[in-house]
Amino acid sequence: MKRYGTWKYLLILLVLGFGVLYSLPNLYAPDPAVQVSYSSSSQTADTFLANRVEEAIESENLEVKIELENDYVLVRTDSYQNQLRIKEILSRYLINDVVIALNLAPTTPGWLQGIGANPMKLGLDLRGGVHFLMQVDTDRALKNRQDGTLQDLRIRFREEKIRYSQAEIDEDSSIIMNFNSLNAKQKALAFVRDNYTQFNLPTSSSDDTSLRLTLSELEIEQIESDAIDQNLTTLRNRVNELGVSEPIVQRQGKKRIVVQLPGIQDTAEAKNILGKTATLEFHLEAQMDTPRSRKTSYPYRNGLGAPAFLQDSIILGGDQVATAQASFDENGLPQVNITLDGEGGSKMHRATRGNIGKRLGVLFVEQKTRTVYERDSDGNQIPIQESYEVKEIISLATIRAALGTTFRITGLDSPSESSELALLLRAGALAAPMTFVEERTVGPSLGADNIKAGIFSMELGLALVLGFILFYYRVFGIAASLALTFNIVLLVAIMSILSATLTLPGIAGIVLTVGMAVDANVLIFSRIREELERGRQPMDAIDAGYNRAFLTIWDANITTLIVAVILLSYGTGPVKGFAITLSIGIITSMFTAIMGTRAFVNLIYGSKTNLKRISI
Amino acid sequence: MTFNIDFLAKRKIAILFSSIFILISISSIALKGLNWGLDFTGGTLVELSYPEEANISIIRETLLSGGFEGAQVANFGTSSEVLIKLPGTVSDSLGSEIVSLLSSASSDRIDLRRIEYVGPQIGSELRDDGGTAMLIALAFMMLYIAFRFQSMFAGAAVVALIHDVIIVIGIFSIIQAESDLTVLAALLAVIGYSLNDTIVVSDRIRENLRSSELENTKDIINMSLNQTLGRTLITSLTTLLVLFSLYFLGGELIKNFALALIFGVLIGTYSSIYIAANALLMMGLTKDHLRVEEPEGADDNPLP
Repeated sequence: MKRYGTWKYLLILLVLGFGVLYSLPNLYAPDPAVQVSYSSSSQTADTFLANRVEEAIESENLEVKIELENDYVLVRTDSYQNQLRIKEILSRYLINDVVIALNLAPTTPGWLQGIGANPMKLGLDLRGGVHFLMQVDTDRALKNRQDGTLQDLRIRFREEKIRYSQAEIDEDSSIIMNFNSLNAKQKALAFVRDNYTQFNLPTSSSDDTSLRLTLSELEIEQIESDAIDQNLTTLRNRVNELGVSEPIVQRQGKKRIVVQLPGIQDTAEAKNILGKTATLEFHLEAQMDTPRSRKTSYPYRNGLGAPAFLQDSIILGGDQVATAQASFDENGLPQVNITLDGEGGSKMHRATRGNIGKRLGVLFVEQKTRTVYERDSDGNQIPIQESYEVKEIISLATIRAALGTTFRITGLDSPSESSELALLLRAGALAAPMTFVEERTVGPSLGADNIKAGIFSMELGLALVLGFILFYYRVFGIAASLALTFNIVLLVAIMSILSATLTLPGIAGIVLTVGMAVDANVLIFSRIREELERGRQPMDAIDAGYNRAFLTIWDANITTLIVAVILLSYGTGPVKGFAITLSIGIITSMFTAIMGTRAFVNLIYGSKTNLKRISI
Repeated sequence: MTFNIDFLAKRKIAILFSSIFILISISSIALKGLNWGLDFTGGTLVELSYPEEANISIIRETLLSGGFEGAQVANFGTSSEVLIKLPGTVSDSLGSEIVSLLSSASSDRIDLRRIEYVGPQIGSELRDDGGTAMLIALAFMMLYIAFRFQSMFAGAAVVALIHDVIIVIGIFSIIQAESDLTVLAALLAVIGYSLNDTIVVSDRIRENLRSSELENTKDIINMSLNQTLGRTLITSLTTLLVLFSLYFLGGELIKNFALALIFGVLIGTYSSIYIAANALLMMGLTKDHLRVEEPEGADDNPLP
């Protein structure tokens, strides 16, 4: 019998030690905790904040541990009821410059954290929370951009004395302008060619006096990706305002954004804030001599007062608001105090100083979505979500003096409206409206039940399989059982290192791996038995069994791995969670079932020089 | 375990049996269709937990009077848990509206278990992606087996896989169990599992075709099936053990996933014996097909 190389034992011991070490953090149950941080990102948590937190909780006589972390103050407690209670107390006692979030704080000991060992992340289906998938209406972003360009063109053409009769933006977001003469069109075309690079300009000079300005592919791509980037940033800001620990805001595919908020239960509130596309626009009121094509009539938001005409040109938009704070005016009515950025301030100053005595309108712009039904080619009704814009006047006030960077907006209905508007202005506007195309909310009780059910079914499955193989294969069964257990430890360790997310289907994947990983050992052991029946010596039979079964195991596992990888790349949500544990499990099981059991069998039988019987 | 069963003698019965089953499956899929889950149809789903037994009819009335027509209300798992489904995707906020309506209508404290909303475009996308994933998986399998074995083995394996997938989907159609994303994942896992079995059998057939003194392909296949039967049965048994544990203890969300795999494992085991081996025989596999490739003893490769 060939000696089983010492290096192989060493390798197995090394991998085993590594597996145990890195899977260890998962045994420490996390503490329910509340984290408090300053809402302004320029301020980091300090002892002052920690003291305030301590004072607030002191009176309640709750069992807590307060720790000062890098960015936040962490309040650990021992139960979920206390956690909610602490959040409630803190939000009552601390003034509104802080963000309070529920958290599950890991209790991993320092020495484990020191070597980078951390527990697996739990998916929303196990810890509770909300998952949103939002589709960005990039067409709207294109249209908005063209709107701005068209306004600009109108002014420039007037300056250049190029006469046009009509200008509009069509369904495909192209600007269409009609000119009075071919000459005017040629002049316009030349002007656009020199000054604007974003269009695919028509080359043929036809007799048609209309000019069609279509955005180039490159420009469209740029606008779309800018819109999604801005939406991502805005969503991150808004999520921070909501107070969630470990949120995920990510782009998915071309036009979608995933938002995951662990621990959030009030989805209506979260959705309201996330999906709001409200922003403000400042316009001057239209005068009697303003041409009809450059003014629009808007209703009042509160329904009081007759609709009024505002000029189409925007003085500035909500993106130039630096900060916004909700408060009350001297009459106790809700208002929002606004500070503009430098550019916005000078724009506002320029626009208002020449128009003292006229009125300044504040437009509340909200993009909403609705479902309309259209018939497809087969005559079936299919629902289509479309977005539309609602613009309403919040206030229309006389300009008494030139405005600067700070001013206030009144005319709001309620304190909740003022604080929502302030939040939206602070967090920034969305570049394009979004529709919720998928939402999954899991309550905390279901999450806890899912963990319990998952773990329980895994324990029972493992016990049944171990029981069976011990009974059926005796000593070799011990080897296989150890290998199986080792396999789970390794799987968990690798999941933890990759900081992969464990979900309920992921647990199912682990359970399935347990059932299937035995296969390799069954193949080997059946082969050994066969060789024994053919009259081989036990040691030769073991050798032959391992040798002959190896290729079969390899082929069988590679094909399953191919399936798992396809699942991983095509699947979303539950499918992905399953695929991750399945693929890792297949790889680790090859190691444990072949090398692991071989080493064990060699330890038991390898030293006996004259082996007559083996227990298989 | 040693067996000496003449599997291939019963191949006509097996083919008849499988044909009937596939026919029933396809007709059920065509006539009854599948009970598509929310993931694929789009719509809203709310799961609530009442402190005591939930009164389904009162919940139904409350929903109806609240303007939620067409809501399906049923117990889920236990009698205190309620699942409300609203097909159609009018709005993404129906879930929370239902929760607040029912909470205000009931004096009990209702615990929100989950809300799911899937928009219209997502549903059809998930279905298309699922189908694509399955086809790609089959194509890759064929390629790998053709590369590692021989094209006849690839053909036989794919015949067996399609057989398994159609019958599992057929069973889901017949019993009208809900097919959601997890069931799709299970179907792909069935492909992986069934292939696993088929490869083990094919591997042995290849080995015996090369080394056995028997000349008749039928005898060689029969011998190979008998040699691998013990392993096939034990692996199926251990896998079924964990699957039953998942089915009974894994919770409601995993039940249909486990169910699809249980059927898949049973059918996959049967098909690797009767369908894949049969297909090899019917395609006319002989010793000559393997003689040219890999003349060296591929099975005596060194150990890892």
